[in-house]
Parts: sequence; structure tokens; C-alpha cells
Amino acid sequence: MDVVNQLRRQFVDYSTSLHREGILDDQFTQLQKLQDENSPDFVVEVASLFFEDCEKLINNMGRALEQQQGVDFKQVDASVHQLKGSSSSIGAMRVKNVCITFRSFCEAQNREGCLRCLQQVIHEFSLLKNKLQTLFRLEQQILTAGGSIPVIE
Amino acid sequence: MVVAGEVLQSGSSQELHVLAVDDSYVDRKVIEKLLKISSCQVTAVESGARALQFLGLDGEKGSVGFNGLKVNLIMTDYSMPGMTGYELLKKIKRSAAFREIPVVIMSSENILTRIDSCLEEGAEEFLVKPVKLSDIKRLMEDCVTRGETEEQEGRRVHKRKLEDDNLNSSSSSPLSSSPSTTASFGCDISIPELLSSPPHPSKRAKLHDGD
Repeated sequence: MDVVNQLRRQFVDYSTSLHREGILDDQFTQLQKLQDENSPDFVVEVASLFFEDCEKLINNMGRALEQQQGVDFKQVDASVHQLKGSSSSIGAMRVKNVCITFRSFCEAQNREGCLRCLQQVIHEFSLLKNKLQTLFRLEQQILTAGGSIPVIE
Repeated sequence: MVVAGEVLQSGSSQELHVLAVDDSYVDRKVIEKLLKISSCQVTAVESGARALQFLGLDGEKGSVGFNGLKVNLIMTDYSMPGMTGYELLKKIKRSAAFREIPVVIMSSENILTRIDSCLEEGAEEFLVKPVKLSDIKRLMEDCVTRGETEEQEGRRVHKRKLEDDNLNSSSSSPLSSSPSTTASFGCDISIPELLSSPPHPSKRAKLHDGD
């Protein structure tokens, strides 16, 4: 089978599975549609910004939750709110959903609940990052082999 | 009186110059792309303070930014550290030089009182994030149409778009995917006073009874 077609098929299957597993939602597809000749790396660039943002916010949350003299839940919530926003903008559905739960624990000032959510955020973020990097690698392989990236509807 | 439509017809070129304000890197990048794809010139800044600086509201006169382009539309996030989008909106609407520039508020939170406050202060629209290309397209159309409508009817029409808070749903499909913004309401309306024609500018609202 033609290498390009094989790669394209892999890409479609992989992309579909990411959506099916709820890792990505329609917003990610919206971003892919915005990518064009003027900005061929748009999605990768947005994803990179998101990864940086995520890491910074995760660190902030962790530090705030570790404060022995009393957790500033407002501060934690502010970071979670920001993460919820960016994950929503990039289509990182599972990360976003954890943030929603996380905010309830912040509101309830429940440290244990918050810590559990933080672990979940870290888990979902790592998963997303790995999967997106795989997806981007596949894209690169298709382009290198002279093909075009399939548009998933 | 300068109407929104006139303000939006940029003198030098067909392109609108939009000032986008958002503290999130990710969101700035996305909104910038959405606007560029819609043939707008974009200046994206990270805070209300920077926005005012760009407009020259922190001292100098005129809505000409650093690159000499007049600002035709301001799109700002609501929740920002320091100055919120709401505070920025108020400052702009209370300034003689800039009050006619349409201001659109963007927020990830679908809170009725928040939406109402923004519209009361003169926001053109309240968009629920994540903002999509269809939102931008509709915005472009609405602002131009509104300019014409105002000329004809001498009255402002405010519209808003709401999205379901996707707490329980697995997709973030918008409430309205139809192009019409003044069409029939697809959900329960239980706030009749918002639909009547009060002496001050009337609002037409699509409401989701979620609060």
C-alpha cells in the first residue's frame, strides 16, 4: 500500500480515537481548520503555548496546596480557572472537565479533593501531551512523504 | 451621531482593525488567528491597562495606536487580573473619544447577571468562550447590519449568544448554529422585561434558563 495513504489512514484513525476517548473535542477541530498556508504550524504553536501554560499553572496549584499554614483556595481557584479557560480554547476536553470538578473542591475549600484533582490534571495533561505529540509526528511524516493532512469532520 | 456601522467602516482600507484583549496566551493566539482569517487587522494585548495605553487613553488623545490605525472594534476577555474586561468596557464607554467603538466581551462563564451588566454598560455582544469562527463572522455581519439598522430605525439592537455550560455534556456545540441572530428563541424565555421596548435601548436576547 502506498506509504502516504497508509500514513493518512493512521492519522485519521488516531485522530478519531482521540475524539472518541474524549481527549479532544470539537474545538480542536476548529483550530485545525484555521491552519492554512499563512500559518502552517498554527496548531502546533497553540499546543506549545498551552503545554507551557499548563506546566506553569500546575506548579502554581501544587505550591499553593502545599502551604502548611493554610491553603489560599482563591489562589488555587484562580489557576484552575485559567487552566479551564486554555484547555477549553484548545479543545482539551478531559483536562477541562477535571478543572470543573477541581473548582468545586476549591469552592468547598477541600484540600484533599483539590489534591486529588491536581493529580488528575497532571495525569490528563501528560496523556494529552503525549497523544498530541504523536499526532503532530504523524502529520510531519505525511508532509515529508509528500502527502497532505486529511481533514477530519 | 456616529453609529457603529460608520465607526466600523475603516477609512483607509476595507479591513477592520480589532483590538483584542486577553491575559491568556493561548486565547490571544486563537482570537488573533480567527480575526486574521476574517480579514481583520489585529492588535492583541494582554491587559486592560495595555489596551488603554494603545488607545492613548492613558494620556494622549485619539484612537490611533502605535501603527497609526484607527481601532474599529474591541474584543476583550472578561476575567483578567488587574482590570477586568467589564472595567475596561466602562472606561471606554465613559470616554468621549472612544465610546462609539463597539466593545465585545468574551467569557468562559455563562452568568446571566454578568451578561446583563456588560450589556447595560454598552457592550455590543457577549460571547461565550471558546470563540469560534462562526462567532467572528456573525459579529462582522451584525456590526455592519446594526450600523444600517440604526440609521434606519435610530435605535440600538443588542444581541447576545449563550452556550450551554458543558458541565454535563460531552461536546461544546453552541446553542445556536443557525446564522440568524434575531430569529425565534429556541429555549424557554422567562424574563419578559428584557423583551419589551423600554425607553432606553432595547435588547433582544436569547436566553437559556440555566441560572
